[in-house]
Amino acid sequence: MSKRELVCVSCPIGCSITVELSDSGEVLSVTGNTCKRGDAYARAECTHPERMVTSTVKVEGGRLPVVPVKTSSPIPKEKIFDCMTEINKVTLKAPVSIGDIVIENVLGTGVNIVATNND
Amino acid sequence: MKYDVAVIGGGVVGALISRELSKYDVKTAVLERFNDVAMGTTKANSAIVHGGFDAVSGTMKAKLNVEGTAIMPQLCKELNVPYRNNGSLVVAFSEKEMEHVHLLYERGIKNGVPELEIIDSKKLHELEPNISDEAVGALYSKSAGIVCPYELTIAAADNACENGVEFIRNCLVKAISFNGSEFVLDTSKGDITATYVINAAGTHSDEVARMIGDDSIKIVARKGEYYLLDKSFGHLVDRTVFQCPNEMGKGVLVTPTVDGNLLIGPSATDEDNKDDVDTTPEGLEFILSKALKSVPSVNVRGAITSFAGVRAHPVTDDFIIGYSDKNDRFINVAGIESPGLSAAPAIAKYVANLFAEKASPKKKADFNGSRPAPVRFRNMSKEEREKLIAKDKRYGRIICRCETVTEGEILDAIHSPVGARDVDGVKRRTRAGMGRCQGGFCGSKVVEILSRELGVPMNEITKFGGESKIIFDRTK
Amino acid sequence: METCYDLVVVGGGPAGMAAALEAHDKGVEKILILERADTLGGILEQCIHTGFGLHYFGEELSGPEYAGRFIKQIKETDIDVKVDTMVLDISDDNVVTAVNNKDGLLTIKAKAVVLAMGCRERPRGALSIAGCRASGIMTAGTAQKYVNIDGYMPGKTVVILGSGDIGLIMARRMTLEGAKVKAVCELMPYSGGLTRNIVQCLEDFGIPLRLSCTVVSTHGKDRLEGVTVANVDEHLKPIPGTEEYIPCDTLMLSVGLIPENELSKNAGIELDRITNGPIVDEYRETKHKGVFACGNVLQVHDLVDYVTEESQLAGAGAAKYIRGEKNCDEFVNTKGENGVRYIVPQRISHDTDKDVKLYFRVGRVLKNVTLTITCNGEVIYTKKKKKMCPGEMEYVPIKADIIHSLPADSTMVVSVKEDA
Repeated sequence: MSKRELVCVSCPIGCSITVELSDSGEVLSVTGNTCKRGDAYARAECTHPERMVTSTVKVEGGRLPVVPVKTSSPIPKEKIFDCMTEINKVTLKAPVSIGDIVIENVLGTGVNIVATNND
Repeated sequence: MKYDVAVIGGGVVGALISRELSKYDVKTAVLERFNDVAMGTTKANSAIVHGGFDAVSGTMKAKLNVEGTAIMPQLCKELNVPYRNNGSLVVAFSEKEMEHVHLLYERGIKNGVPELEIIDSKKLHELEPNISDEAVGALYSKSAGIVCPYELTIAAADNACENGVEFIRNCLVKAISFNGSEFVLDTSKGDITATYVINAAGTHSDEVARMIGDDSIKIVARKGEYYLLDKSFGHLVDRTVFQCPNEMGKGVLVTPTVDGNLLIGPSATDEDNKDDVDTTPEGLEFILSKALKSVPSVNVRGAITSFAGVRAHPVTDDFIIGYSDKNDRFINVAGIESPGLSAAPAIAKYVANLFAEKASPKKKADFNGSRPAPVRFRNMSKEEREKLIAKDKRYGRIICRCETVTEGEILDAIHSPVGARDVDGVKRRTRAGMGRCQGGFCGSKVVEILSRELGVPMNEITKFGGESKIIFDRTK
Repeated sequence: METCYDLVVVGGGPAGMAAALEAHDKGVEKILILERADTLGGILEQCIHTGFGLHYFGEELSGPEYAGRFIKQIKETDIDVKVDTMVLDISDDNVVTAVNNKDGLLTIKAKAVVLAMGCRERPRGALSIAGCRASGIMTAGTAQKYVNIDGYMPGKTVVILGSGDIGLIMARRMTLEGAKVKAVCELMPYSGGLTRNIVQCLEDFGIPLRLSCTVVSTHGKDRLEGVTVANVDEHLKPIPGTEEYIPCDTLMLSVGLIPENELSKNAGIELDRITNGPIVDEYRETKHKGVFACGNVLQVHDLVDYVTEESQLAGAGAAKYIRGEKNCDEFVNTKGENGVRYIVPQRISHDTDKDVKLYFRVGRVLKNVTLTITCNGEVIYTKKKKKMCPGEMEYVPIKADIIHSLPADSTMVVSVKEDA
């Protein structure tokens, strides 16, 4: 059994939450939260934490040398740096528009990398 | 490269000397170790044109201070450099200090300082209502003024360059040899040959003198720290306010600058490292406490920057100007500490005369001593602005928001005779980045313009030359 | 060039765009936005992280996406836009002087003006950090522009001073692009940033957050080589003996934002000493008739969604003013006390035609708080809240009837107290 201390990010109160985990990584208990959202956040954070990734991609022939991109939805946290490696491989040709898919199904996550500005 | 005269050092002294030499038919080069002129003592000092009552009568300091202060207004006019004859006050806080004020008055009269007056507390507070109530009287010197030392130097360099002087930058002199008729200077830009050498190397002038075997000079680097306050504080005093001097210098002053900011400082600490211009918590605290004694309403919240400079203090306490005992073609211009800026115009004439007496050069017929006024969009009327933009659209693009500096002005600064090659160089020539945001917004735009105009990638543009790069590689 | 407009909006960031669109919706015909950068969008253009629009659009957008939605709407209207245009002056009778490199000097007669110039970052000088003048010391926002817009790395090993959101966001951004962020130092005993950002920008990457810690000096000759940090005591003074040298080539400053009110000051508009923004009424009209202010030029916000909301008020107010329907000269004032640092708006028209939200910030972290509003000693509102921090803007809603019921020229005092 192990314990994890978290600060809830669901709202500005920022409750200190303690999660008890079994040796196999199952959540045994969540304490310290003051609402349901805190419980859900703590469980997700301990079992399958996910993050949005934002960065830029090289563009040729555009107004600016790079265009900003994001994951269309959060990806597993442990894949952040692998995702950056994929993003860094891409070179786009202008014009680029908001919403253009830059990488489809990045790292097999089912999530796309999309442009978030025009260039 | 072969020259009649090599001037070592592109500070205010070197630049003004080269301009005086450009009145003659001689081939002159100024060798500057940094990426720009005015990078040493000239860049960071009190920016004061002193009356001339401080120096002991009969010294070079006393003579050249009074002469320099007298020519400064006309010189600034010719070079189109802002100068203001705001006058100065040495404030006494006790009857004992008042005695010292009388001593300074008498010394001033002896030195030939015009328009000196001792004033009482009432008159003092009428002149300067923000001065501490503790002040009991002051010495009022009406001939004193303020000038921007780097603008003066840049203008002098530009004008000298227009009149044929070459400025070689990033040129550090490492050794000097003399073959009986010529000097060969071993520099970071290769060998440079010159018939005469003028040593205006500031804090390093003793080391340069030693390169020809002259070990008569000893320079101590004396650091001074300063705060520069926002223009909203520039009105606190109208005149330059000194306290009674001590053995380390003239003490902490509070003064407006020609640009309308308020400057306080300097501290005075002797440094082993002559290039140490780091500010220290103790130094900044010291100048603030001293400044508060003179003007209690000074507030450090108004500080937009702090900086330090190093003065070249000669152990003999007087300027060392003249041919070296070791070589009669080598002129030392060393130990130019305060009142060096005030004296610089007179020093330049004095040194040019020393040279002319020996070398008997021909006067040039076509010397043009006036340098056109740089465009200053922020000071222009609506009509002037309209005319300017009609002539060149780039004067309609504001780059620095705080100081209202246009792209056109930045281009002028880069393409002037001794033009800006780095971000600080643009800043000193145009004030871009000198305002309250300190380049937060315009810094990257200035980098972009420098990169475009100098034809080098953005990540090779520096803040002030050397390795002071601003950005690294491309992210992608 | 001389022209006339009903409304001139100074600034084409989220505030200016929302104000212009709202005024347009409310029937104002000739509207001009003057923007000093080369595109609309303001600072959002470089804020490529997500988290914008959760309140306003119910979606998690990046900065350019949030701005993009407003830019698209502006393009669909007949609102005129001039980019690369700097406003130099606003006269007493609302004549706006601006300049750009296409039209030269512009003189624009405006019936109403909205100020939406945003804010700037506090530079190093304001902090008096001792040490060198080396390159590599920059504000987090400047660094953000280099990375996200220009595509250059401003540093490889980084220390960040200040744990405001921009500092935290940049810690993650630099890490993702391959830099090593050694520490984020915060002078105060708490972070000024959102908890979410502390978790996702620092903890995710193992970047230490050092509270009650500051940079006391910088070292290096040409490029920065390191900084000395030290812990501070309860008076925020460095504690001798706690100094630590951290080698780094970059120091990023995220030490506060200041509303950019030079134009307002020159126009003689009265500012609030605490917000550093103009004193305004419930429609964000300043004391200068027909001049409105919204967004970060009025008060520094932490969420762009609130900027949009505030700017719509200013746009609606400008429309009312242009129609000649805004002429009340009796006000109820507002004031913060006992831990409430300021209130925006600072005054409310006595005959206000709508409910009003009073925005404020507290001076320190508070737990189990009771918020009270009194007027002439009488309690008119109370509310309990679990936690309040200086980093988050708070608001209380006040009904229009309550305002009407108070005597003209009276003052509503907002205060907070921690329950014993």
